[in-house]
Amino acid sequence: MATSADAAAFVEFERVQKSYDGETLVVKDLNLSMPKGEFLTMLGPSGSGKTTCLMMLAGFETATHGDIRLDGQPINNIPPHKRGIGMVFQNYALFPHMTVAENLSFPLEVRKMGKSEREEKITRALDMVQMGAFGGRRPSQLSGGQQQRIALARALVFEPELVLMDEPLGALDKQLRETLQFEITRLAHDLGITVVYVTHDQTEALTMSDRVAVFEAGRIQQLAPPDELYEKPENSFVAQFIGENNTLEGVVQDIRGDVCTVKLDSGDIIDAKPVNVHTVGERTKVSIRPERVEYNRERLSADAHTLKAEVLEFIYMGDIFRTRLRVAGNDDFVVKTRNAPDQRRLQPGEQIEIGWLAEDCRALDA
Amino acid sequence: MRKSLVMGTSALVAVAGMAAADGHMASDMTLVSWGGAYQASQQNAYVAPYLEMNDGVSAVWDESSAEAVAKLRAMAEAGNVTWDVVDVVAADAIRLCDEGLALEIDHDEMLAAAPDGTSASDDFGDLIVSDCFIPQIVYSTTFGYRTDLVGDTPPTDVCAVFDLETYPGMRSLERRPINNMEWALMCDGVAADDVYDVLETEEGQAQAFAKLDTIRDNVIWWSAGADTPQLLADGEVVMGSTYNGRLFSLIEEQDQPVAMLWDAQVFDLDGWIIPAGLSPEREARALDFVRFATDTQRLADQAKYISYGPARMSSAPLVGQHETLGIDMAQHMPTDPNNAQNTFLYNYEWWADYRDDLDAKFQAWLAQ
Amino acid sequence: MTDATGPIKAADGRPLKASLNRALRREKMRALMLIAPLLIFVLVTFIAPIGDMLFRSVQDDITSRTLPQTVVALDGWDYDSGSPPDEAVYEALYYDMFFAAEAKKHTALGSRLNYETTGISSLFRQTGRALDDMGEDVIEAMEDNVEALDDSAFWAALFLTEDPVDAGNANAALSWATSVADEPVRLPEGLQMSVAGATVFPKAAAQYVAFAAFTHTVDEDVPAEEDPWESVWIAMAQDTSDAGFADRLANYTGPGAAELAPLQEAVAAPLAELSFQAAFLDQDEDWADAEIWGTIQAFSSPYTAGYFLTAVDRELTPAGAQVVEDDVKIYLKLFWRTLWMSLAITFSCILLGYPVAWLMANLPDRSANLIMILVLLPFWTSLLVRTSAWKVLLQQQGVINDLLVWIGLVADDGRLALINNATGTVIAMTHILLPFMILPLYSVMKGIPPSYLRAAKSLGATNWTAFWRVYFPQSVPGIGAGSILVFILSIGYYITPEIVGGTKGVFISNRIAYHISSSLNWGLAAALGTILLVVVLALYWAYDRIVGIDNVKLGG
Repeated sequence: MATSADAAAFVEFERVQKSYDGETLVVKDLNLSMPKGEFLTMLGPSGSGKTTCLMMLAGFETATHGDIRLDGQPINNIPPHKRGIGMVFQNYALFPHMTVAENLSFPLEVRKMGKSEREEKITRALDMVQMGAFGGRRPSQLSGGQQQRIALARALVFEPELVLMDEPLGALDKQLRETLQFEITRLAHDLGITVVYVTHDQTEALTMSDRVAVFEAGRIQQLAPPDELYEKPENSFVAQFIGENNTLEGVVQDIRGDVCTVKLDSGDIIDAKPVNVHTVGERTKVSIRPERVEYNRERLSADAHTLKAEVLEFIYMGDIFRTRLRVAGNDDFVVKTRNAPDQRRLQPGEQIEIGWLAEDCRALDA
Repeated sequence: MRKSLVMGTSALVAVAGMAAADGHMASDMTLVSWGGAYQASQQNAYVAPYLEMNDGVSAVWDESSAEAVAKLRAMAEAGNVTWDVVDVVAADAIRLCDEGLALEIDHDEMLAAAPDGTSASDDFGDLIVSDCFIPQIVYSTTFGYRTDLVGDTPPTDVCAVFDLETYPGMRSLERRPINNMEWALMCDGVAADDVYDVLETEEGQAQAFAKLDTIRDNVIWWSAGADTPQLLADGEVVMGSTYNGRLFSLIEEQDQPVAMLWDAQVFDLDGWIIPAGLSPEREARALDFVRFATDTQRLADQAKYISYGPARMSSAPLVGQHETLGIDMAQHMPTDPNNAQNTFLYNYEWWADYRDDLDAKFQAWLAQ
Repeated sequence: MTDATGPIKAADGRPLKASLNRALRREKMRALMLIAPLLIFVLVTFIAPIGDMLFRSVQDDITSRTLPQTVVALDGWDYDSGSPPDEAVYEALYYDMFFAAEAKKHTALGSRLNYETTGISSLFRQTGRALDDMGEDVIEAMEDNVEALDDSAFWAALFLTEDPVDAGNANAALSWATSVADEPVRLPEGLQMSVAGATVFPKAAAQYVAFAAFTHTVDEDVPAEEDPWESVWIAMAQDTSDAGFADRLANYTGPGAAELAPLQEAVAAPLAELSFQAAFLDQDEDWADAEIWGTIQAFSSPYTAGYFLTAVDRELTPAGAQVVEDDVKIYLKLFWRTLWMSLAITFSCILLGYPVAWLMANLPDRSANLIMILVLLPFWTSLLVRTSAWKVLLQQQGVINDLLVWIGLVADDGRLALINNATGTVIAMTHILLPFMILPLYSVMKGIPPSYLRAAKSLGATNWTAFWRVYFPQSVPGIGAGSILVFILSIGYYITPEIVGGTKGVFISNRIAYHISSSLNWGLAAALGTILLVVVLALYWAYDRIVGIDNVKLGG
């Protein structure tokens, strides 16, 4: 985890706490540091504190404790309009009584910019989001996607170094969302701006970000690049929150370096990689991604532990097969297999044996 | 005289109605009055006794007398008159009679004679100011003053109202020309008998307005009878005009430091009218009630509850003591000789003509 | 278009358009049926009274209705001559007025004309009483010489008949009587005007028919049992002075022919003395006044602009429309005062209401509800109580002045006049109307997401800029709605100005109320109300043109 000591840090949270009522903490001891040009996503269920963090950074909420620094300067006492941070809101927040061009002109006017310079920047910003022809329209005459492009252009037109986005694509349909995800990342990359992006959509987080901070209960559970987050979740919350996941519960029996054996509650023994279990006898939740489960005995190592499983359901999904199994008393154990010519289609009621590589099965906190 | 024959005939019908059994009279009445202490005095003095005497008859009050003329006209236009007996001031009775909205009354036929046999029209005398009007009480509009705000020389003369030097401070006057124009002229040297002759001329009107001009910045103009008592009680005004009954309750019942200035009090009348166009049953009931309610004893009884003078001469000797305060009421009557040393008679006919014109001028003067 | 030559057909072969129309019509009818109760309610309770009020402001048929013959006779008279009209007019007036007095309609006309010319009210009332005595010499002569006339039945036999052969046309007399009595009158069933009687006594027959019809219809008496009015006697006497009367009477064979023989000679002398003009002048010399006749003439049309002229400080005089004298000018002044004070009230409502609405829109619901209750509190107390409370607060010996004196801001002898003037009206009305400003403002503000302000600030705007350029423009529709409500309501208020307005703080509505309930000049009240309505509609129209009515929102 990055700390405040990081020399390249552009945005820093140091031991930040936030409480609204003086009794409970919404944000607990938050430390975060991000370098310039990074695209960081705060991901988490609602109420996890991610939006509060964003608002503290924007200046609309004050931290109860701790420091927030921007480019090395503490900004706790700087009012929002002096922070020079661009912001995109979920409901776009385009001023309905102004035209698109006037909306874009607003941040430039309050910066006392001359007219010709304003027009030039507005044109450029509109072109940037492919909305050049819409300067004279009112926001209400635009579709949701168009409005969000304008909101984006408005947040960028005064060339902020940091842009905050609060679930900007939440109100759009899937296809539009994907197009805009791509555009936002492209723009952020091209302009070299630093972006803090808040979402509760993990796909969005994984596809757009350089790094993702997973929030839960006011804490960052894991801060990591998307692949690492998916493949190497550091705790069972992250494992379950990101992607599909099979969980089995049991007790650690033996730890040997990178491998441990876990005795499941059903009595079966499996191999796993100890991630945050440290002592024998500790309870654990082991997590296996559905696509890493193997039922072809030949592909498993000879000494691998296997489990008996009963096929409950087989779903054909085109590119993959999704098979639901009963494993060690768990009825929701899912296996995903690629739709390949040699792939066997399991039948409900079939008794099979499954296993995995010990490194794919992560023993996490209970 | 042929006309009186027509009238006599309808009176005969009415008498026949009264003579008839109760079955021919309606059993519900809607009485219209002013609310407050005055209506209460009516309720106590004759409505309650009447209902007691007539089993099965019921009466409801409608406190609409202030808008009686307009409402009666609207009812008549809609062809549905819901009132049976209406209490109005004399000027309104004249107007209602003029508009054909009130029943013409043969006072001798329809009202009770005095105990000594004097006919009703002689007993009421001049107070029958309209063919439709059945007088009840004589009240007066007069002044009250704060005894603690007039120094050592309490006013004895109505012209104190115009004397800002001796009696500085605010005074309250009614927001209409009637009475104020007369007082202004009388205090500007016009003899009481000549007031209306003078007021008929442009010069006379100008003279009255000029006199009122001298105090216009010191006047609070009232439009509700309760205003002056409140203003006197709060010390907002030094003196103010209102109905004598209101001042009586302010002085005697509420014990405020206020005294009466009876000088140049203006007599006015209040009484019943019966709306025109009632069904025979309702008309018979209304006449039966009014006959009872305006007899000598009933009018004298009313004075137990409120300090207004009974309209019958024969009632005066019967006026007794206040029902709860126990004080002698005769001396509080506007008609008491001590109080009525200098009274002014309100000329209804004259005002019926000049009211529209002078009111327009008065309102324009106020708005200047 | 599949077929360029003809209309598209529906499946059943009818033109598609017709089928569509039918289908839509059915839907429209159903929708109409659903709103019908409301529509009828609105029509009956709202549109109809307003229409009636508008109509009253120009309707003025009381003169032509009550004095129909006089109005016609007066047609040839010229006001500018300055002289009284000729005898024929007075004669017509006598008959009209006599009937009107019997029907008790003359005093109402007197009250109406008294609005225009002072004195007509008592002139009509007193003249009405004196009409019985006019021409009493003539009547005495008739009574003395033709004894049969004392018998009511004799008159009835003379002028009414059951014989269809003798039946004459009495329509003119009946329509005259109907007009004066202001209700339909007719002769008793089976009785007609006798042609024989009407030939001898044309005037008297007409008068008698009117008398008989009125007696039958209104008094519900039997005409043959009632003595005819004096006017009928006078008419009969007048008939004898016709050139051909003697011949007509000689030819008359109907009932009473013999008894009527001495009539002509008997009335000749007193009739020659009888002058209606002299009789009226004898009663009141005002009847010679051209002003009186000019007023009757000026208001003889069934429709008048007179009320509207009065409502704008003009008057309809016999010489035409004129500006009234300065000492009675009031209405235009009151209209202006009403408008500017309503504006002042609207403005102070905005000033006070805006922050409150903003607070309510931005506080947590609990506190907002508390403020809402406080805002609505005035709605739950009676208007009179609220207004009287202001008296206690604002009067010179009142709470606010006491407080100011106690603090020392105001000297004891320099207490502020906060009531019984325009200030009082503005203060009290602002208080009463404030909820009408706050509620639409609140609901509009509630609909402005806080993210707009945040967005503005994130874009670099200071608090003030963010408010003024982003928040305020979006709340303008609420201000618009509130202002329209407050302005229109305050224009029509009269109770509060009456109580706290003194003389400088009363509105035009107070005069309307006065004319409705006190002076009974409903025509003028209607004209004033109509002008007020037109002014409000004009302002509304102007508002729409300038601000746009789309920019008015009662809710977010």
